[in-house]
Amino acid sequence: MGTVNPQEQYKQLQNKAEDYAQARQEKPRILIGTATCGRAAGAMQVKENFLHELDKRNIEADVIEVGCIGHCYAEPLAIIEKPGFPAVCYGYLDEGLVNRLVEDFLAGDDPSYEFALAALERNDVFPTFEDFPRGIHEEKLILENCGLINFQHIENYIGSEGYSALALALSREPAKVLEEVKKANLRGRGGAGFPAGIKWEACAGAKEDEKFVICNADEGDPGAFMDRSILESDPHRVLEGMILCGFAIGAKKGYLYIRAEYPLAVKHVQEAIEQARENNILGDGILGTDFDFDLEVFQGSGAFICGEATALVNSMEGKMGLPESRPPRLVQAGLRGKPTVLNNVKTFAYVPRIVKEGADWFKSIGTPESPGTAVFSLVGKINGTGLVEVPMGTTLRQLIEEVGDGLPEGREFKAVQIGGPSGGCLPESALDVPIDFDSLHDAGAIMGSGGLVVMDQDDCMVAVARYFLEFTQHESCGKCTFCRLGTKHLLDILTNITKGEGDRETLQLLDELSEDIKQGSLCNLGRTAPNPVLTTLRYFRDEYEAHIEEGRCPALVCRDLILYYIKPKKCSKLCNVCVGSCPTEAIYTRDDGLKAIEQEKCVKCDNCRKACPPEYDAVIKLSPPVLPEEKGARSK
Amino acid sequence: MSNQVTLTINDREIKAGKGNKLLWVALENDIYIPHLCAIKEEPRPNASCRLCFVEIEGRDKPVTSCSTEVEEGMVVKTRSERVDRLVKTGFELLLSDHNLDCRNCPANRSCSLQVIAKKCGLKLRHQRFTPIERDYELDDSPAEFALDRSRCVRCGQCVWADRNEAKAGVLGFKNRGIDRIVTSFNDQPLADLGCNSCAHCVDACPVGALYYKQKA
Ligand SMILES: Cc1cc2nc3c(=O)[nH]c(=O)nc-3n(C[C@H](O)[C@H](O)[C@H](O)COP(=O)(O)O)c2cc1C
Ligand code: SF4
Ligand code: SF4
Ligand code: FES
Repeated sequence: MGTVNPQEQYKQLQNKAEDYAQARQEKPRILIGTATCGRAAGAMQVKENFLHELDKRNIEADVIEVGCIGHCYAEPLAIIEKPGFPAVCYGYLDEGLVNRLVEDFLAGDDPSYEFALAALERNDVFPTFEDFPRGIHEEKLILENCGLINFQHIENYIGSEGYSALALALSREPAKVLEEVKKANLRGRGGAGFPAGIKWEACAGAKEDEKFVICNADEGDPGAFMDRSILESDPHRVLEGMILCGFAIGAKKGYLYIRAEYPLAVKHVQEAIEQARENNILGDGILGTDFDFDLEVFQGSGAFICGEATALVNSMEGKMGLPESRPPRLVQAGLRGKPTVLNNVKTFAYVPRIVKEGADWFKSIGTPESPGTAVFSLVGKINGTGLVEVPMGTTLRQLIEEVGDGLPEGREFKAVQIGGPSGGCLPESALDVPIDFDSLHDAGAIMGSGGLVVMDQDDCMVAVARYFLEFTQHESCGKCTFCRLGTKHLLDILTNITKGEGDRETLQLLDELSEDIKQGSLCNLGRTAPNPVLTTLRYFRDEYEAHIEEGRCPALVCRDLILYYIKPKKCSKLCNVCVGSCPTEAIYTRDDGLKAIEQEKCVKCDNCRKACPPEYDAVIKLSPPVLPEEKGARSK
Repeated sequence: MSNQVTLTINDREIKAGKGNKLLWVALENDIYIPHLCAIKEEPRPNASCRLCFVEIEGRDKPVTSCSTEVEEGMVVKTRSERVDRLVKTGFELLLSDHNLDCRNCPANRSCSLQVIAKKCGLKLRHQRFTPIERDYELDDSPAEFALDRSRCVRCGQCVWADRNEAKAGVLGFKNRGIDRIVTSFNDQPLADLGCNSCAHCVDACPVGALYYKQKA
């Protein structure tokens, strides 16, 4: 070991961080969520508005960009910290609201609680996020800093005890880190839930001089953005986890494989790496010890399949990003043939706190077989869209009804799709399943990337299965028979069913082929691709049957099985907005003055139904596509 | 001996060199396992045709024998309900994307698909799956041979032979998923790349995709 105690070196960094924080205490601070989600909602404009308003009124305040605050449903978001007041989070910001906040709160002393979402610290006047049902369930282990501290400065991370786990670990033996991670039963968050400790141990035991640590930030699932949010908001946490891994297994070099479509994440990680190097947290002789470790970003511009472990390594080596059969496993022969640990962004993000607070603390959260928390992005027919982190073991019902605040009014729950394109659709009856790797697997879904889509009566389960199959079929690398050809046939069969074509044998074939693809495919893309088909067949078989036996789509979604119809009883002679809304001039006025649709011309664009005023609500969809008999209707 | 292992395949005790792959050990002992993509000399198998499944006692699912090393005391069954089902589906899937016209195929009677059908009791007919419609370009530019992709099963034998035997680097796969095809460097006609006589790839092709023109 070197001459300097790593803990003492760390103390110096902490002092530096404290000075840094002191220097910016007195002024009010405005933290704006500018992760990609915030930007898409106009966060940069809001930032400009704040700067402009503050400038106009000559108010001194720091306007700071932070990462994803987690409440995407209310984006753009900002947190205002004004000395003397609790920090408060405001949502749905626009120019007018920014003016008011600057005028009333920053120039004046009225926190305008009517526009606040919640306070961030306990106080006597206004509730915090923890006081809402969502907050009662939420437990933030890896999202704790998201949106709260300014990621552009390592000082902030250190100020909240960041890198103290590293300092602690470096003052002990590498085996101690390994032991904690193993004892904590930290399971991989990239989808499959393989215990990280076992992987690390195998790699630590490999007798090779050169080893690698790789962080998988390829995040290709449509709709998944938690890895991105963590990297954008709190990159140092991931770096610390990777350095700890390198120390534990005896590696000197690590890579973050980040998809090139995440430029902000790439930028923030690169800046974080620079700062870590400047502070002797990366590079040679870390914190004065003789442990050398460095990190580099590798920008992956490949396909979805490049997130698969062996394909990722191939793509880093400049080869085609195709999966390989295993063994050898990566811990035996990974990058450039050397023992390699590959873990997901979230997996690494848990490591610092596990090292610092111990395996027992980690295991006190979640369930015995799946300790810790799960991160989900809630989307679809749910009020509280956004990123949430809940302990494993929380039920799907709690997650949807309490954390996500249920479905919007008038929406009736039908299914929840969980785990991304390789996940499954679960019905109401499965809502009391606890969220953990094994229970979800038994129900036919997977934890996957943590995507969670809530669906209602307007979602057709056959169309949903078809949608996901379209994705996986398109993303199949084509190397192996079952996935290349099997997913193509699955997709074709599903497409036929959405047109009402098929019989009982078709459903049996779907079932058999799905099972065989699961068993026969080379990699996990193929092995999980049939999950959406299998779960919808298992839980929503009646919808499949309605399509093929009655030519009816119960959700009125499948275009070939519906027609648009104007109910004469509801249509008003005084109104003709639908006529103009139709792009193909399919709507005509009948002799009696009511409107009707010429079916041959109708392209089922839904415009007329949207255009018809709510007080008439005369346009409806019918399935099967058969026109009702009408007395006196003119045929055309 | 330490570099020998003893294992049982279909109730027969068999000795094999350590490190060998199960598929080759079985074949050398006259025990048939269907296969298309395996290459004995290749240490890292592609394991892509997914036909060589066997059951190994103690494993919860069938495994591909071309990618599994023999082990001391291993107990193997080359057939089981699960194996037969996978082989049947895999085979039918391949046929659904194969220009199935044996009588007019240059590989008739020497084709591996015919061997598999015969040995495994499978039919050389489209069954559960609707044939996939394709439109491929025929490359018959070389004087001696031609490439008809409508018969290609994507086994990769030609690519391996091209790289390792001919050492030419002319052939490779391109595109993803269902569009994956064997192609030549820059998609040029094979003759323009100097391919006229070596024909290692033709000899490697187990079906009638790469074939000698005189046979056609
Ligand atoms: C098609 C496919 C795509 C994948 N994409 C990702 C990804 O984007 N990120 C990820 O962490 N793991 C992904 N995985 C899982 C990885 O193969 C690997 O299991 C994981 O990175 C290991 O890390 P963990 O143990 O921490 O989960 C993917 C797997 C497959 C089959
Ligand atoms: S399962 Fe699909 S993605 Fe995986 S190797 Fe086979 S074809 Fe490629
Ligand atoms: S051309 Fe023949 S050898 Fe080459 S991949 Fe196709 S079937 Fe295999
Ligand atoms: S021979 Fe084993 S997968 Fe092709």
